[in-house]
Amino acid sequence: MAGVAASRGRVIPGFGLTMGFTLLYLGLVFLVPVGAFLLYTTTLSWETFWNAVTHRQVIASYKLSFGSSLIAATINLVFGALVAWVLVRYRFPGKKLVDALVDLPFALPTAVAGIALVTLYASTGWVGQYLDVFGIRVAYTQLGVIVALTYIGLPFVVRTVQPVLEDLDAEWEEASASLGAGRLTTLRRVILPALLPALLTGYALAFARALGEYGSVVFISGNLPFRTEITPLLIVARAEQYDYQGAAAIGTVMLVAAFLMLLVINGLQWWTSRRYG
Amino acid sequence: MSIEIDHVNKHFRDFIAVDNVSLTFREGELTALLGPSGSGKTTLLRIIAGLEQPDTGRIRFHGEDTTELHVSQRGVGFVFQHYALFKHMTVFQNVAYGLTVRPRRTRPGKAEIRDKVMRLLELVQLDWTAHRYPHQLSGGQRQRIALARALAVEPKVLLLDEPFGALDAKVRAELRRWLRRLHDEIHVTSVFVTHDQEEALEVSDRVVVMNKGKVEQDGSPEEVYDNPANPFVYQFLGNVNRFRAGIHAGEARIGDIRLPAPEFHDRRNESGLAYVRPHEIEVYAEAVASDTLPARIELISVVGPTVRLELRTDAADDLVHAELPKHRFHALGLTQGNDAWIRPVQSRVFLPDSQVSNG
Repeated sequence: MAGVAASRGRVIPGFGLTMGFTLLYLGLVFLVPVGAFLLYTTTLSWETFWNAVTHRQVIASYKLSFGSSLIAATINLVFGALVAWVLVRYRFPGKKLVDALVDLPFALPTAVAGIALVTLYASTGWVGQYLDVFGIRVAYTQLGVIVALTYIGLPFVVRTVQPVLEDLDAEWEEASASLGAGRLTTLRRVILPALLPALLTGYALAFARALGEYGSVVFISGNLPFRTEITPLLIVARAEQYDYQGAAAIGTVMLVAAFLMLLVINGLQWWTSRRYG
Repeated sequence: MSIEIDHVNKHFRDFIAVDNVSLTFREGELTALLGPSGSGKTTLLRIIAGLEQPDTGRIRFHGEDTTELHVSQRGVGFVFQHYALFKHMTVFQNVAYGLTVRPRRTRPGKAEIRDKVMRLLELVQLDWTAHRYPHQLSGGQRQRIALARALAVEPKVLLLDEPFGALDAKVRAELRRWLRRLHDEIHVTSVFVTHDQEEALEVSDRVVVMNKGKVEQDGSPEEVYDNPANPFVYQFLGNVNRFRAGIHAGEARIGDIRLPAPEFHDRRNESGLAYVRPHEIEVYAEAVASDTLPARIELISVVGPTVRLELRTDAADDLVHAELPKHRFHALGLTQGNDAWIRPVQSRVFLPDSQVSNG
């Protein structure tokens, strides 16, 4: 009710209209599909559900999906922060182009990315043939999955850290230096803590995206059972075999896991932002 | 620790920020670098701190060349206009920062750091805020914390960049008196940048007036105010009226009024401009003497205890501003749009070319 009362006398009225539309929109686009999906899962018997989600092949896919997503998100955390730093702090020719390129994983159809990655990293590809010399195989291994997931997750960290970095006062660094701190100390004790909430958000988004990614991974992973099958692939495979129950069961596990992860990271973020005001 | 600035130049692209400046700040003095924005005062302060590198010239602390020394090695305390407190740290952690980042072998123990920080917080009268975060404090309190943080490392020199610029008028006035008292207690060589002439005159031992990257005048607050070296300094230190004046044998003549101008005793029949402060003009309702200048009152504004008049007179090209106490204004019975008579009682004369020759 407080919101309704506060909206009276605003310059731009329309709380009722916008709020109503928001609820309708969220309902139609988000809540109804997810709700229907969860409802469908509840029609399964506990045994069917348990067998579907603990199948050995499915367990292996969880390990691959969650493990690779975590690794990819961590890589993006480090290099995304670095890219954001370079884009904010330095002027160089072609900066606008690099800035635009960061968004490419958003725009490029994931299947195109997947095919491009295979072409590059297959043992006969442009990059793969040289890696092959050292015995490093990317395509059709977990490494390939990680490469694909890193590719699609990069923009999330860059785009969340970039605006915060732009607002970061250069005076902080100067103050730190004038107090006798070296460059690394300033980075560790002044800059990183200020970026922490944005880094966590970017990390969570990159992780969530990686967990759900399908198109770019299936080409480079080769989908070898027990070895390079990601969980979304199994869901698709189940559905294609008309095993909708199995697909729904695995999907529910993914949904709950993703929800929990986001909850934890949001909690962390709330905690840090509350402390730093 | 004295600071010596030796022929320092600094430019940004085609903008000359600091133009061949040489200055010495004496040990224990509190100096104000005063000037309009773009006069190079902040750049000069940042060069002293090591936050900017001069293109040419040297900086010496107590005779020792520090030009190439990194800011973290110079031993300066720097206070920023917008405080630059670390917002993810408590007040205590902020003040302790300079001590905790020291290499292990020179870092004081925990108890020693705590004692020192609490002593400094008492010095700035904010010991009760130790466990708060900066965003929970007012602007004036934040600036005092920033000062305590700068003092924690026992700087050889203290540099303040428009330290009161972001505060409202009342807090500003309080804080600058407080800074003056604090400086009398700790006696560290200090330089502060300001564009507020009142602040500079009130707080400092010495004022350096800058304009367009150059030093216009350098002296005690009284010297600079009473004997401005050139028209720029005169104008920058307060409101000013300019009367056309004839200069002859050590006298300035505005209409029939004769005012002493002893520095021009050897000049004959020259013309110049007589600079007169608003409070140096007497206002009359009638022509009390033959030499008063006739004028018309164009605007009357009452500002607290004083009344400001804008008058039009033939002896000056621009409107003349005069200030008088309210009781005197009421005794005269002046009204807007009516005639009045004015007489400058004191002036400072500059020849037309002095802006160049003294610059």
